[in-house]
Amino acid sequence: MALSREQIAQRVAQELKDGYYVNLGIGIPTLVANYVPKGIEVMLQSENGLLGMGQFPTEAEIDADLINAGKQTVTMAKGASIFDSAESFAMIRGGHVDLTVLGAFEVDVNGNIASYMIPGKLIKGMGGAMDLVAGAENIIVTMTHASKHGESKLLPACTLPLTGKNCIKKVLTDLALLEIKHGKFHLLERAPGVSVEEIANLTAGELIIPAHVPEMRFA
Amino acid sequence: MAGFDKVVSSYQEALAGLEDNMTVLAGGFGLCGIPENLIAEIKRKGTKGLTVVSNNCGVDDFGLGILLPNRQIKKIIASYVGENAEFERQMMAGELEVELTPQGTLAEKMRAGGAGIPAFYTATGYGTPVAEGKEERNFNGRNYILEPAIVGDFAIVKAWKADRYGNLVFRKTARNFNPLAATAGKITVVEVEHIVEPGELDPDQIHTPGIYVNRLIQGTFEKRIEQRTIRQA
Repeated sequence: MALSREQIAQRVAQELKDGYYVNLGIGIPTLVANYVPKGIEVMLQSENGLLGMGQFPTEAEIDADLINAGKQTVTMAKGASIFDSAESFAMIRGGHVDLTVLGAFEVDVNGNIASYMIPGKLIKGMGGAMDLVAGAENIIVTMTHASKHGESKLLPACTLPLTGKNCIKKVLTDLALLEIKHGKFHLLERAPGVSVEEIANLTAGELIIPAHVPEMRFA
Repeated sequence: MAGFDKVVSSYQEALAGLEDNMTVLAGGFGLCGIPENLIAEIKRKGTKGLTVVSNNCGVDDFGLGILLPNRQIKKIIASYVGENAEFERQMMAGELEVELTPQGTLAEKMRAGGAGIPAFYTATGYGTPVAEGKEERNFNGRNYILEPAIVGDFAIVKAWKADRYGNLVFRKTARNFNPLAATAGKITVVEVEHIVEPGELDPDQIHTPGIYVNRLIQGTFEKRIEQRTIRQA
């Protein structure tokens, strides 16, 4: 079975470590905050200028001056700090954020990522995604492995305009966890009940399959 | 106005001298911390052909979006412009020029502009459409592109509190691009919720010193919320 959105978030959450500063993109990455493992502390960075993002407010707590990068009303966690946008991106560009999780349309064997623009369709903009992929050392891309029509999104070379070049090393899809190195995808784990063959068939870029590919585990 | 007193008495006076085809920098992220009354005054004034530099362009009926129906914006430099039907129509029809700029690069362009730095190198956008036509350079094995700074004829800024000398305090994430825009306007106009007397703000807690501020006005704000997300108590 392909992973649900929640399961993707749960698997990403296993990569969190105690004391991590983490930037979560919009969509599935946002859900990761719901699955922070017990006993560890992480602090969420929201690129509009908040380190220490808390949960959504109650009706009584809503504050128009306090939103996240998805423009949703939020609260501040204990120990939060507020800063301007240049300071926020100094954290990101300066490599101070420990883990970045974001979505993509395509990734390729050279670690290129396309995530912000489909030519001919509506172009909304890259927001902070180009800064995040260029600035972070530790990035996990979450995406579906293939389109609804069965076309692979893990490619020999991205076809869409790039968000970043040679910057992605880890990809979690609904079917598999993969590493990108030496110009190839390397299969690390498979979703429960998904066969290696199925993953191989839906991976257009060169894929290295080790002798044993463990199934993902969920607590 | 006398001495360092920056307070003006009307929005009309606040934007005096704003003319067609000027460049305006605006603070705000989404609808949070936008100078909503100054934007409304630009609409009333009817200034046209503007180049607007702002992270976003408001929504159809609020924020910078209200300058679109009368075609007051010629060009916008922004990082994300998703939430606006009229914007989409003008962009697709080629009536509105859009320069998409990565959010951190946009912030740094304003910061550099205000600090007298003409351009800077950044890894952001290297190898992407953003790099087209820009100088590339390798430092310590990594590739960077040269991004020019931005200054504006006017900067329009929203702060929470100010003293009459234009020392500013922002509130929560309504800070965002506002302090950066404030530094990079030839004329920086700030609207605030509260004005106090000089000496009432703790100098250690001032986010933007008054040296960057030319005009100051107190307004009342709708502060519209774009995505009202709540949890059950």
